[in-house]
Parts: sequence; structure tokens; C-alpha cells
Amino acid sequence: MSIWEYANPKKFLATTEKVMPALWVSSAVLISVGLIWGFFFTPDDYRQGSTVKIIFLHVPSALMAINAWFMMLVTSLVWVVRRHHVSALAARAAAPVGVIMTVIALITGAIWGQPMWGTWWAWDPRLTSFLVLFLFYLGYIALWEAIDNPDTAADLTAILCLVGSVFAVLSRYAVNFWNQGLHQGASLSLDEKENVADAFSNPLYVCMAGFVLLFIALVFYRTGTEIRARRIKALMARERLEA
Amino acid sequence: MPDLGKYADTVLSAYGASLLLLVALVVVTILRGRKVRREMETLETRMKRNG
Repeated sequence: MSIWEYANPKKFLATTEKVMPALWVSSAVLISVGLIWGFFFTPDDYRQGSTVKIIFLHVPSALMAINAWFMMLVTSLVWVVRRHHVSALAARAAAPVGVIMTVIALITGAIWGQPMWGTWWAWDPRLTSFLVLFLFYLGYIALWEAIDNPDTAADLTAILCLVGSVFAVLSRYAVNFWNQGLHQGASLSLDEKENVADAFSNPLYVCMAGFVLLFIALVFYRTGTEIRARRIKALMARERLEA
Repeated sequence: MPDLGKYADTVLSAYGASLLLLVALVVVTILRGRKVRREMETLETRMKRNG
């Protein structure tokens, strides 16, 4: 069995429909458990007080904002190289999910930053690269909507995705590239000094796993919708020809 | 409810905004999916009927 079998829309729909219930339920359970654990059963941080509880939404959403773009990059490259329509549609389906994850990361970051840094926003390297990533998401979605021919739209959005990947990388590593700004380093790290305490990291891992599964569920479901929308267009074109 | 101290508004507004956005994303995704599926099935039925 090859992964390219899923490039067949019928095979993709049949397979994803089987796993969708498990994905919805497991993502809902993990997110609920992680957030309840983090919100109700973790202590306050000695410096940040109860605002540390925002980490359980901020970090998973930021993680998915960046990785959604990488998923779009991989599926766009598959489209460019192998011309599989399902992969182009998967990239299109992931963009609105990525934009919402980016908005959540920006909003929770601003709300968290206000009491900790004394400002909602600063032109810090990580914050700025995240804002640019958000604008790339909007541009990507707008480009898909602006072009009628789906293959041309897939080609052009794939190029935009490639360019935007620079900012996805910067969003992740900005704090390492430029050792300046307000944003702290990575919350989860192999370096014990840098890593958050176990009391916070364990529920955080659960939330991150939940967000990953929710992302997969949403992308599978939305890709199925895009495949059906494409079929509707094809059927309508055939109906017009036969009329 | 844990005692969130002086940051209660901050923490609750972050949770409220995030959960609202997540729920809206899931609801909009499912509603559009159902609508498109219904449209496709109607179109396929009509085309079968018309040969």
C-alpha cells in the first residue's frame, strides 16, 4: 500500500470518514482534560501569578499556527511535483485553521503581555514575525478566492506558501536568531533550566496533543468538503454542456 | 473555581476568546461541510434522474 493511494479523492473520503469520529472525540477529550488540568489543578507561578494558565492555550495554538503552514508547504510541494489535486485542496483546507490558530496565539499573547510586560503589543522579533505570518495566511486565502481556475490558484498559492515559510521559520526561531525583545525563549526545551516546571509541562503536553488531533480532524473534514465542492463545480459544468 | 487573584479578568478573557474562536471554527467547518454534501447529493440525484 502506498501513501499516494490517498491522492484518489474517493479513497481519501472513504478513509477519512472512518477515522473522523475517533479524531473528533480524542481531540475533544484531550483538550478538555488538558485545559481542566491546567486551569483548575496547577499552581500559580511565583512571578506571573495565575496568568501562567494562559500557557495552555497560547503555546498549543502557536505550535499549530506554525506547523499548519509547514503542512501547507508540504502538500503544496506535493501538488507542484506530482499534481495531486487532493494535496492542493488539503493545503487550502488547512489555511483557515492556521489563521484561527495564529489569531488565538496573538490574542492570548497580547492579553498575557499586558500585565506582564505592561503593553499589549511590542515590535518584538517573535511577535512581529507572527503578525507577518498572520498576514501571509490572509494573503494565501485571498489568493485562492481570487483566481477562478483551480489549477492556477493551486500553483500560485504554492509559490506564496514557499515564500511564507520563511516567516513560519522566523516565528519559531526568532527568539533564538535575535536575542532581544520581550518574548521569552521556548517554553518546552531539552534544556532543564529553560523548560517550564513539570506541574505545567504535563497538562501542556496534553493540550498540545489535543490541538494536533483537532487540527488533523479539521483538515480532513475541510479537505473532504473541498473535494465535494470541486465535484459540484464539475457536475454543474457537465450539466451545462449537456443542456 | 480556582482563585485567580488580581489576574482573574486577564485569564478568563484569554480562555473566553480562545474557546469562542475554536468553537466557531468547528461549527462553521461542520455547517459548511453539511451544506456542500447536501448540494452534491441533490445534484447527483438530479443528474441520475435526467440520465
